[in-house]
Amino acid sequence: MKVIIDSEKCQGHGRCFSLAPALFDSDDLGQGVVIGDGDVSPDQAENARLAQENCPEYAIEIEES
Amino acid sequence: MSTTDKAPVQDFATDFDHTDPSWVKDPYPIWDDLRQRCPIAHTDRYGGAWLPTRHEDVAAIAHDTDHFTSWTVVVGNGRPGEDALPPPIGVAPPITSDPPFHAMARRLLQPVFAPKQVDLYESYVRELCGKLLDPFVGGSAIDASLDYAEHIPVGVIAKMLGFPEEDGEIFRGFVHTILEAVDKEPEERIEDFQPVIDYFTARIEEHRENPQDDLTTFLLEAKLGDMELAPEHVFGSMLLLIVAGIDTTWSAIGSSIWHLAQHPEEVARLKSEPGLLDTAIEEFLRAYSPVTMARLVKEDMDYAGCPMKKDDWILLSFPAANRDPDMFENPDEVIIDRKVNRHAAFGLGIHRCLGSNLARMEMRVALEEFLARFDSFSLADPDAVTWSQGQVRGPRSLPLTLGNF
Ligand code: HEM
Ligand code: SF4
Repeated sequence: MKVIIDSEKCQGHGRCFSLAPALFDSDDLGQGVVIGDGDVSPDQAENARLAQENCPEYAIEIEES
Repeated sequence: MSTTDKAPVQDFATDFDHTDPSWVKDPYPIWDDLRQRCPIAHTDRYGGAWLPTRHEDVAAIAHDTDHFTSWTVVVGNGRPGEDALPPPIGVAPPITSDPPFHAMARRLLQPVFAPKQVDLYESYVRELCGKLLDPFVGGSAIDASLDYAEHIPVGVIAKMLGFPEEDGEIFRGFVHTILEAVDKEPEERIEDFQPVIDYFTARIEEHRENPQDDLTTFLLEAKLGDMELAPEHVFGSMLLLIVAGIDTTWSAIGSSIWHLAQHPEEVARLKSEPGLLDTAIEEFLRAYSPVTMARLVKEDMDYAGCPMKKDDWILLSFPAANRDPDMFENPDEVIIDRKVNRHAAFGLGIHRCLGSNLARMEMRVALEEFLARFDSFSLADPDAVTWSQGQVRGPRSLPLTLGNF
């Protein structure tokens, strides 16, 4: 499983990095960024979905492997 | 003209007015009714305005900067005159700006409001909350709006701008002048404004001579392209932070305490499960969203079946969008552990609230410090609670009875 942020849609609402700090961070401008290459370990799968379902801009995609 | 002179609204679908006493008292049933019967309502008041109440329409308009301009974001009787800074800039960039200028003006402020920068103010906020609340510990009453919520964002903005702490009272007076100016006629506004301009100009001059590690110096040294900001831009940005950052956050803190004062079981739960507070705050932001914005229609057009005219207002109700049953299950219920909550309290699209990280931190610290000091609190008299009128909604007086048992 992998998380991706569509940076065209992201407006820096910050829900992802508060709900799933192991997967997302904020850059110097406050926009959301994926940590590393976005790979989601099984114990983070729920947090990944939580972030996706709370992003007001529908900017988070999850690729199931 | 004061709003008491206005005719009461008979039908919100064809004649809505967001300053009508029934809306000020309880807007939620009005929006629920409109959403079913007339999802984009109209009024001839204010020279013509439209009100979308479904999340889908609010989101579409917020994202559509081709057909709608942010030139002014507060509904009034007039439209900006010829002497106003034209689009895409407007008087208070970036909130009054459109693409492509908007991105530059926003970019300038973004680093200041990024989460890691905002965290630096947390200990200041905590200390301020403690100072405000400690005199009430052991007492039996507090006005959670006037004695507490209001002072938090005022203190934070003064601190960020680097204004002297002993000017607190003066600054609070100016904040009222600025916030109230929105409802006044232009001539009156200019007169009231002179002391504010003088005060700010003096602080700007001090900072020019003696740069500090604060937002005023940051703005003075900032560059757009390779140009320094025009003095009006620096002043405009300072005003924007006051207008956008104070009664909004004051309202959000006040509404959260108002809710909790009526739900002792949730107070108990938040005390035993402090990890739930962040989720609860998102739910308070959804259910009691304080901020409604406006747009102007750029050209005559048919939009979603509505014959919109150039310069018609759109009252862009993020609060109504946040109560849409197509978007949220049981939207009128406040569920402090709601898991899926894609709320739009901080707006949608390019104007997403720049202060959202700061506002969330202020709300969290304000509620933590309040809950840490009082074990039980309730509304002293539900009818004594008064709500603000206009596009920012929150309790303006909130008398509580305190119990420490
Ligand atoms: C709970 C408190 C707050 C709420 C609910 C709120 C809500 C909003 C909303 C809905 C917008 C979108 C405007 C639009 O679409 O036209 C906005 C924009 C903005 N807010 Fe906030 N706000 C809050 C607190 C703050 C604070 C504390 C600050 C700064 C100190 C701030 C600064 C701004 C700025 C600068 C913008 C304009 C951003 C742009 O146009 O790019 N806000 N806010
Ligand atoms: S929640 Fe969505 S909009 Fe917000 S920072 Fe994350 S990806 Fe961006």
